Amino acid sequence: MTRIGLPARRFSVGAIARDAVLLALAVVTLAPFVWMVSTSLKAPDEILTTDLHLWPRRLAASENYAHAFAAVPLGRYLLNGVIVTATILALQLAIAVPAAFALAKSEFRGRRLLFGAVLLGLLVPYHAIAVPLFVGLHALGLLDTYAALVTPFAISVFGIFLMRQFFLSLPDDLVDAARMDGMSELAIVWRVMVPAAGPAISAFAIFSVVAHWNDYFWPLIAVSSDTLFTPPLGVVAFRNDDAGTNYGVLMAAATVIVTPLVAAFLLAQRRFVEGIAFTGVK
Amino acid sequence: MTEMSVSAPADRSIAGERPRRPHEERAAWGLVGPAATLIGLILVVPLIVVVALSLTDYQLGAKAWRFVGFANYADLAGDPVFWRSIANTALYAVAVVAGSTGLGLAVALALQGSGALAPVWRTIFFLPVMASLVAMAIVWEFMLHPTFGLVNAVLGLVGVAPMNWLQNGATALPALAVIGVWQQFGFAMVLFLAGLSGIPTSLYDAAEMDGAPSAWARFRLVTWPLLAPVTLFVVVISTIRSFQVFDTVHALTKGGPNKVTEVLLYTMYAEGFEFFRTGRAAAIAVVFVAAMLVVTLTKVLLVEKRIHAR
Repeated sequence: MTRIGLPARRFSVGAIARDAVLLALAVVTLAPFVWMVSTSLKAPDEILTTDLHLWPRRLAASENYAHAFAAVPLGRYLLNGVIVTATILALQLAIAVPAAFALAKSEFRGRRLLFGAVLLGLLVPYHAIAVPLFVGLHALGLLDTYAALVTPFAISVFGIFLMRQFFLSLPDDLVDAARMDGMSELAIVWRVMVPAAGPAISAFAIFSVVAHWNDYFWPLIAVSSDTLFTPPLGVVAFRNDDAGTNYGVLMAAATVIVTPLVAAFLLAQRRFVEGIAFTGVK
Repeated sequence: MTEMSVSAPADRSIAGERPRRPHEERAAWGLVGPAATLIGLILVVPLIVVVALSLTDYQLGAKAWRFVGFANYADLAGDPVFWRSIANTALYAVAVVAGSTGLGLAVALALQGSGALAPVWRTIFFLPVMASLVAMAIVWEFMLHPTFGLVNAVLGLVGVAPMNWLQNGATALPALAVIGVWQQFGFAMVLFLAGLSGIPTSLYDAAEMDGAPSAWARFRLVTWPLLAPVTLFVVVISTIRSFQVFDTVHALTKGGPNKVTEVLLYTMYAEGFEFFRTGRAAAIAVVFVAAMLVVTLTKVLLVEKRIHAR
């Protein structure tokens, strides 16, 4: 962002107009977030009115947030979100990283075939195979469990592809030297390759966590018990409930569910923006 | 890391011709084994099964099923709701791709010269990409509330009559497209910013000296052609994402009113997981994959064409 492509013309009419347009767009972009938080602080009589104002005349924050946690197990939903995203990420890394290393740095029969399958996987969104996955999990009696939430994402062909590209850019000498030292292949992966692949791994981790924390389609299909709901399912269930017309409480619940990722993003913006841009292939 | 990667390409070409060693072969399979097994079980087998299911009348939970050939596809071809669903998905995709690509590019260009505030703008515009879409959809629903909504209140200030945006056949799909653009344009912006930072400043100076003094001339002569690969990439990614629109539809309109927001993935979901017409849902899934392949192949062809044109 430090590089400026066009000659800088400060204080010109053009620059002022540009900033005004950016400001207007920023207001529209932020409006849903601001309105969500604002409403979550208001009592019903200040919400169900055509006299709109941003800051509540009477702060109803504690009622709304307490009611949100009492009406539905919001804490449980958040915990489920953490369990599911963390398990998915751990499995994806444990399985994809060694495979990516072998695809980049080893010769073996079936390498082309496997890489072909990875590329095929990149073309097919998981939604397309949701029906057979559902039928399979149904046959195994695994529907409505944590396993159902996690299993379809245990393998990330995107993770394999991304890591493979990164490992290809690392010199073979690094690997050959480690092999000469008698390190096992698995030790090379975790002790030589992974430390060198920090940026690629963190980019993938951000991509994976954002995708699965926010995923709505698969959890909707895979689970039906309230106790297994992930945050997106939780907030919709809440809306469909009777409490859903109590907008202050509903917006409090939405705020609670949106906050973890937004807070993480604000704390590590650069990393997030670069990570998502880097993984933009998907 | 940078100085190490210089030697990588040469090393690879040698490694490619290196004879295989048995122990290396075994070690490699040890590493790819779990991934290969799971790709088979979670990806390849389901892909084969979805095609197979689309040729049956299987219904989840039913004891018996028969092979029906292409009957599911024939049914879909004769079903106006399915065509409606395809047309709506295409309309939504065109609107969201055009909106988020155009807005993303415009914002990225504007941010180029905006100095110290640029990171702040970037953070703001990227925020919707991070936030749970379904939670924000519920916020949008409240903002679009016919009586107490912020949108009607603000539009009322400029004399627009209040509307029930999500329940009106003329505005429901456009409203969902606006939410889609709101959510996606920051993503396009980030990709365009990365592309713009790769254009050397000297090219702009050269263009100016060659008699392209206006910003528009410089954009047309330098930025636009050099950004073409990024633009193609953004368009393809946005198209693929737009085809997958589901969250807002399921949470806000359920395909209504009167099927105006019925989209492909939602139709598949309803058939497969609400009516349990598994065979029919599988056929829709196959059509969905085919649509994805068309988008991707179009991109590949366009890239090839540009390479040959050079």
